[in-house]
Amino acid sequence: MITLRGLTKKYGSFTAVDEIDLTVPPGELFGFVGPNGAGKTTTLRMIAGILQPTAGVVEIGGIDIAKRPAAAKARLGFIPDRPFIYEKLTGLEFLHFVAGLYGQSGGIIEHRARELLALFDLEEWSHELVESYSHGMRQKLIIASAFIHRPEVLVVDEPMVGLDPKAARILKDLFREFVGRGHTIMMSTHTLEVAEALCDRIGIIQDGKIRALGTMAELRQQHAGHGKLEEIFLTLTGERAARAAMDVLDV
Amino acid sequence: MFSMSETSGRVAPSAGLFHLLSPKFLSAMARSKVAGQTHRARIVLLGLIGAAFWVIVFGLLFRLLRYFAGIAEIGAFLATKLLGLILLSLFGILILSNIVTALSSFFLAKDLDLLVASPVDWLRLYLSKLIDTLLHSSWMVVLVALPILTAYGLSYHGGFLFPLVATALFVPMLVIPAALGSALTLILVNVFPARRTRDILSIIAVFAAGGVLLALRLIRPERLTRPEGFRSLVEFISLLRTPTSPWIPSEWAAQGIMSWLQHAPDWLSAYMLWSTAAAAVVVGAALHRYAYPRGFTKAQESGGRPAGAGASGGILARVLGGLGTVRHQLLSKEIRTFFRDTTQWSQLILLAVLVVVYVFNVKFLPLHGVGMTFFLQNVIPFVNIVLAGFVIASIAARFIFPGVSLEGRQLWLLRSSPLDMRILLWAKFWVGTLPLLILAVALVFVTDVLMEVDAFMMTVSLMTITMLTFGIAGLALGFGAVFPRFETENAAQIPTSFGGLLLMMAAIVLIGGVVLLEARPIYRALGARMYGYTVSPYEIWIGFGLAAALCLVATFIPIGIATREMRRLEG
Repeated sequence: MITLRGLTKKYGSFTAVDEIDLTVPPGELFGFVGPNGAGKTTTLRMIAGILQPTAGVVEIGGIDIAKRPAAAKARLGFIPDRPFIYEKLTGLEFLHFVAGLYGQSGGIIEHRARELLALFDLEEWSHELVESYSHGMRQKLIIASAFIHRPEVLVVDEPMVGLDPKAARILKDLFREFVGRGHTIMMSTHTLEVAEALCDRIGIIQDGKIRALGTMAELRQQHAGHGKLEEIFLTLTGERAARAAMDVLDV
Repeated sequence: MFSMSETSGRVAPSAGLFHLLSPKFLSAMARSKVAGQTHRARIVLLGLIGAAFWVIVFGLLFRLLRYFAGIAEIGAFLATKLLGLILLSLFGILILSNIVTALSSFFLAKDLDLLVASPVDWLRLYLSKLIDTLLHSSWMVVLVALPILTAYGLSYHGGFLFPLVATALFVPMLVIPAALGSALTLILVNVFPARRTRDILSIIAVFAAGGVLLALRLIRPERLTRPEGFRSLVEFISLLRTPTSPWIPSEWAAQGIMSWLQHAPDWLSAYMLWSTAAAAVVVGAALHRYAYPRGFTKAQESGGRPAGAGASGGILARVLGGLGTVRHQLLSKEIRTFFRDTTQWSQLILLAVLVVVYVFNVKFLPLHGVGMTFFLQNVIPFVNIVLAGFVIASIAARFIFPGVSLEGRQLWLLRSSPLDMRILLWAKFWVGTLPLLILAVALVFVTDVLMEVDAFMMTVSLMTITMLTFGIAGLALGFGAVFPRFETENAAQIPTSFGGLLLMMAAIVLIGGVVLLEARPIYRALGARMYGYTVSPYEIWIGFGLAAALCLVATFIPIGIATREMRRLEG
């Protein structure tokens, strides 16, 4: 379970995240959508314990990440949007290294690492240095690494970028299965179709504030007349900009 | 700013040379505008250090040249020879530096995808990247050359036109290595994948630098300062008159500058320099047109290769197995990433050469003979600790200081995991310190044996260097965490940053402090043996105890600060 209370992040006078209150219960896949610079990544990085909030509280499974970071992070898996990893480790070594960060090693991890590499078609590349991996392969490796220590909560920033259709499908199934077992996922995405099809609840964020929140049915109800998430999203965040884009092409 | 070039039958405007270079200029301007107070303070400090360096180089050279000017017959020859040697060294540095820089600017730079994909004329792309390479590889050489040429100009009364003449002769000396270096890199990239070429180049550069250093030391140039070693004065003068390397542009520049200073301008030197520079650029451009598209394509290849863990992985696992999962994985990662990165371990070759040169120097110290007193014989081993301390400080700056910076892009992983930053830092400390300690102890032991020091000084030396190594390593890690350079991809650039400079200063303070604290007890102990008086053991142990305490403070406090900084870092 993820709980955010009054979560705020300021960079000087600019407020990137503005007093967000949110609870994502066990067994839920929560989707976070919003325009570029709305505060999605900042929020997710605060939940993952990478950024420190200016104000507010982040709890993972009831544990305050500021007070007991090690205990909170032990339950967490994080998948970032930019796949930067150690270039001079092999894929298999990287998975062992990540497992080691969570204090896990041995035969079980070896077996699990190979299982995850096989799942994402990286078996043949397991002994290659990461520097020779493509963007998509690195993304797959990072996703695999987020599952290696069997987390209870996953925080995922733009998971589908760079993935081939097969890997994207595997990931969707994996996410549904993960929440089906009572775990929690908070995911940001720009692919509204993915959010609509995959997420139990969706939050639309703009200028650091949550502008709309609920299941797809609830969002439709709140914005009568709009059938698709894209319509609701554009109404809330950028319909005018979308129209302006068409005008530019017409010039 | 734009001209027309033809692409796929459609005429498109091609960006001009200045337009292509404008992002670099604008970025530099933007950086200077947003520079905060700390940044300005850094610039002031660096400026002061630079100015001090200039004053020292200028002062020493000016005095030497005035001395040469006073020597009848051979003074001018000596000055010319010296300038020739200086410019030859700078030319060598420029060639190596241009080769390495050209690889980045022509093949690995982040703006290349954009430039290659746009309808930019090939010649302009070549020239813009050549200028980029030239500026990046030459600025430091220009800064070094400035006080040298000023000293020549002033001591030989070069006149107000001398700066212009010197510039006119020096600029082609920068252009030629840039064009040659870029061309050589282009050929190498066409043969090897770019990423592998970077590995090969870094090894070539390090071997070349090490070879030059070793050769310079092994020919023992100090013998040339003793003309009495030559059979006749004529032989000595004829050696001085012979150009060091008549086919190398640096010699033309030296001849051109000295001929102007002796009021007999040699325009042939200037002609040779400029015509060679022009020819190098033309040949480089032709080669670029022919080979760049293929080379750029090859540069996109990863150069990756299987990295089987093999037997070494098994040994590593057994050795580190007892340390617990987290420490085991962290230490394995540190060791693996270090030895798989050619740009990192290749520096060890240079280090080995430095150590050989150091030991070689100690071996030829005149320790026995006229004027060598008991005290002097025991002071030299003490000085040896200081010098070994400097060697250890520069190695720590190169290998331990960048440790935190190199985690930059992976910080998301470390910060989102339950890993305690203290464990990470201590893992980095031990991986860096243990090899450093072995080297430090071996270096001091071997040099002490060569100097035939007694058991007391040997014990003092070994204990001191051990304590200093821990202290310097702690400082290196601490400064590395407080002044990280996360954006740098090349680890070799990190030690030359502002934090690296501060680290070296702090290390000098630490070495100086330890030496001061130990000087009195050592002096008293040696005096007691020499003159037979008794010394209170407290007097000895207080000095050594304080020195040890200072080293412990230098070890633990910086790592404590580093831990706090790492916990505060936001990835």
